[in-house]
Amino acid sequence: MQPVLTFTDSGIYCPAGDFYIDPWKPVDRAVITHAHSDHARWGNKKYLCTKDSVPLLQLRLGQDIAVEGAGWGETVQINGAAVSFHPAGHMIGSAQVKVTVGGQTWVASGDYKTENDGISGQFEPIRCHVFITESTFGLPIYHWRPQSALFKDMEDWMKENDNAGKNSILLGYSLGKAQRLLYNLQHTGRHFLVHGAIYNAHEVLLKAGWNLPPVELITPDTPKERFKNSLVIAPPSTADSTWMRKLAPYSLGVCSGWMQVRGNSRRMNADAGFAISDHADWQGLLSTIKETGAEKVFVTHGFSSVLARYLQEHNIQAEEIKTAFGTEEETTA
Amino acid sequence: MHHFSQLISTLAGSTKTNEKLEALSNYFASADERDKPWVLALFSGRRPKRVVNSTQLRQWCMEATALPEWLFSECYHTVGDLAETIALLLPPPETKAAAQPLHYWLEALLTLEKAPETEKAAFIRNAWDQMQPNERFVFNKLITGGFRIGVSQSTIVNALSRTYQLEPAVVSHMISGNWDPQQITLPQLLSDAASNPDDSKPYPFFLAYALENKPEELGQPEEWQAEWKWDGIRGQIIRRNGQLFIWSRGEELITEKFPELTALLPFLPDGVAIDGEILAYDQQQQRPLPFQALQTRIGRKNVTKKQLQEAPVAFLSYDLLEWNGEDIRLRPLQERRQLLEDLVQKVQQPALRISPPITYASWEELAAIRERSRDNASEGIMLKKISSVYQTGRRRGDWWKWKIDPFTVDAVMVYAQKGHGRRSNLYTDYTFAVRNGDQLVPFAKAYSGLTDKEIAEVDNWVKRNAVEKFGPVRTVKPELVFEIAFEGIAASNRHKSGIALRFPRIHRWRQDKPVEEINTLDDLKELLRQQG
Repeated sequence: MQPVLTFTDSGIYCPAGDFYIDPWKPVDRAVITHAHSDHARWGNKKYLCTKDSVPLLQLRLGQDIAVEGAGWGETVQINGAAVSFHPAGHMIGSAQVKVTVGGQTWVASGDYKTENDGISGQFEPIRCHVFITESTFGLPIYHWRPQSALFKDMEDWMKENDNAGKNSILLGYSLGKAQRLLYNLQHTGRHFLVHGAIYNAHEVLLKAGWNLPPVELITPDTPKERFKNSLVIAPPSTADSTWMRKLAPYSLGVCSGWMQVRGNSRRMNADAGFAISDHADWQGLLSTIKETGAEKVFVTHGFSSVLARYLQEHNIQAEEIKTAFGTEEETTA
Repeated sequence: MHHFSQLISTLAGSTKTNEKLEALSNYFASADERDKPWVLALFSGRRPKRVVNSTQLRQWCMEATALPEWLFSECYHTVGDLAETIALLLPPPETKAAAQPLHYWLEALLTLEKAPETEKAAFIRNAWDQMQPNERFVFNKLITGGFRIGVSQSTIVNALSRTYQLEPAVVSHMISGNWDPQQITLPQLLSDAASNPDDSKPYPFFLAYALENKPEELGQPEEWQAEWKWDGIRGQIIRRNGQLFIWSRGEELITEKFPELTALLPFLPDGVAIDGEILAYDQQQQRPLPFQALQTRIGRKNVTKKQLQEAPVAFLSYDLLEWNGEDIRLRPLQERRQLLEDLVQKVQQPALRISPPITYASWEELAAIRERSRDNASEGIMLKKISSVYQTGRRRGDWWKWKIDPFTVDAVMVYAQKGHGRRSNLYTDYTFAVRNGDQLVPFAKAYSGLTDKEIAEVDNWVKRNAVEKFGPVRTVKPELVFEIAFEGIAASNRHKSGIALRFPRIHRWRQDKPVEEINTLDDLKELLRQQG
């Protein structure tokens, strides 16, 4: 029997449906798990993704792409394959792709996290024969504290900064992390100021009806007083930039799973590191894999060889697969 | 413990010296009186005796977490720090016992020195169970040692100086030497020497910066004393009350390691402290032996007869700090030097020598002499203003080191491994090879010399060009060429290449140079022949 999905130079391919999932070379038909640029790439003839991802794909790849949106759990028949999207909990619109051909079900997870962050959907493990999992944080040193505790830490940190007369800046990826921060810190009543990259996504998401707090775009003319007792959110690329120097005096907090390890936080010259991630931690990966009931697991981007070996030792068939995923958010996941 | 681990995270989280200084002086003003001497001891390199080793810690952590060895190793190589790896892997604490202060843990650890392994294991597992993750990290760090948190000796001195309202130079002297954190309080340690007699107490070393400008800018040559810069162990020989002490620059008491020097006891007068360099020395040829000879003497407590014969040491004296029991550091160098020369002359022992002055008439002449440093087994020249006082710590102005340029070779990277500390989870530790016919022969490892930006680029390249995996080591395609700088070269039968380099580091990334043009093993052997 032919496998439901195969791994090719262009990406994950479904022979029965003649489509690719998150291809990294241009193809005719691409099924997209989520809008991050290492998964949703430019140049494909047709795109299929969740309805929630459509405006984000258009933002990233252009208004003129040929894109169709499917509802959660809705089955779309593509040639000989039945395709449906299920919440991945990674960012707004992010999905696992379930593909069934002749009674065989495979699930490609894309990127996922198991904790419900309030806006990215509640991840659900899908029963399947074969599961393709990411492994960004596939080491037992990565275990996340509940986000409520992390947001509490951020609040305390911001208050300390207020008292010390410093502006608070949180660095987080502009698509995903930034919205998660805004949504979960809106109860603080703080004024939010954001970098242009975050502002663009914010506009699109507000238009699409997402319940996000208002934000102010930082421009060269933004008066300095505006930053006092507020919160600035900016993408990681702004660290140590001239753009950031304008915000002095400030305290810099970095929001990323990599902050779990002190060396990374020191390297970023962060005043505070918050280990908050949009990927599953070690236990999240293991429990998900178990709950899918998969007979075989393919492990992609991250600590793939480690996770594959661990699964093998626990009598789960597993294999490491090289992909071109995991490049966009390397330092900020 | 909580107070101390708070201090550690504040220090680690800050990149500004002023903030660190403030955190430290606040700590010294408010901490538990019995914790303070321990903190000073830890931050000034006085590590408590190790009663548990890192292999045991690893083992007990694996038992507590039920992780296989290979997985623990993967974690360790990603984190790059054993103490932190363990803190991250342990399950959340189970018991909530009374929080114990720092000195409680350190002193309890010391009592375990001779305890059986099972008792040690039970103690550590129980300690882990009572601590929060950040406290566990600090606790593990105390056990494994190597507490590097970016606090320099001068920051510590300045913090104490602020808290106790004393001159930094006084603090620096008071906290030097031999003291036991279990037996003394900080106010006692920092009080007058008379009430706190310690015959062994060394003076803080005066250290030089590298000369940045042309020597001509220093003024007239006759205002400056020039001498060879030796590549040995900087040390201080002290004789007081009929006892002799030898200190290293790292403030380690190394008296027992050098019987040739302890033999000076009957010949030296009481009340002297001499600053100089410990070198393996060929008395017949009247010149230092290569540094490798001295290396056989370092790190060994009991010296064998063979070592004494093959690598005898001598002390090349630079300066006299105490004379007739009087601290003479504030007298001009010229005067101290005269007293030193008289003293060495009078002692008349081959193991105690004067570091010979270099006579020169002009800066040009001195520059020419410097070019021949290697012929004298020296790594360059020291310049000292003859009117200078003996200062404390590293200072600009009166003393300068004027080192010769290092040797360099072009080599290709063949292996990469992840680094430690702020380089955690980045490929930063590289092994380099030179060509030998159609083969590549690894000959040096280097960790430093690249900018953060270059490291990020190389890391990314390694991740994409790794060929094979041997535990934490990746073999990579031999494509990236680097210029490797080093201070010396010696024959070695421990290395496949047959050579060992002294202080290899990356000089620059030669992105302009193809692999075909790197140096050969023959080039290195030729260099060895010239130097050997």
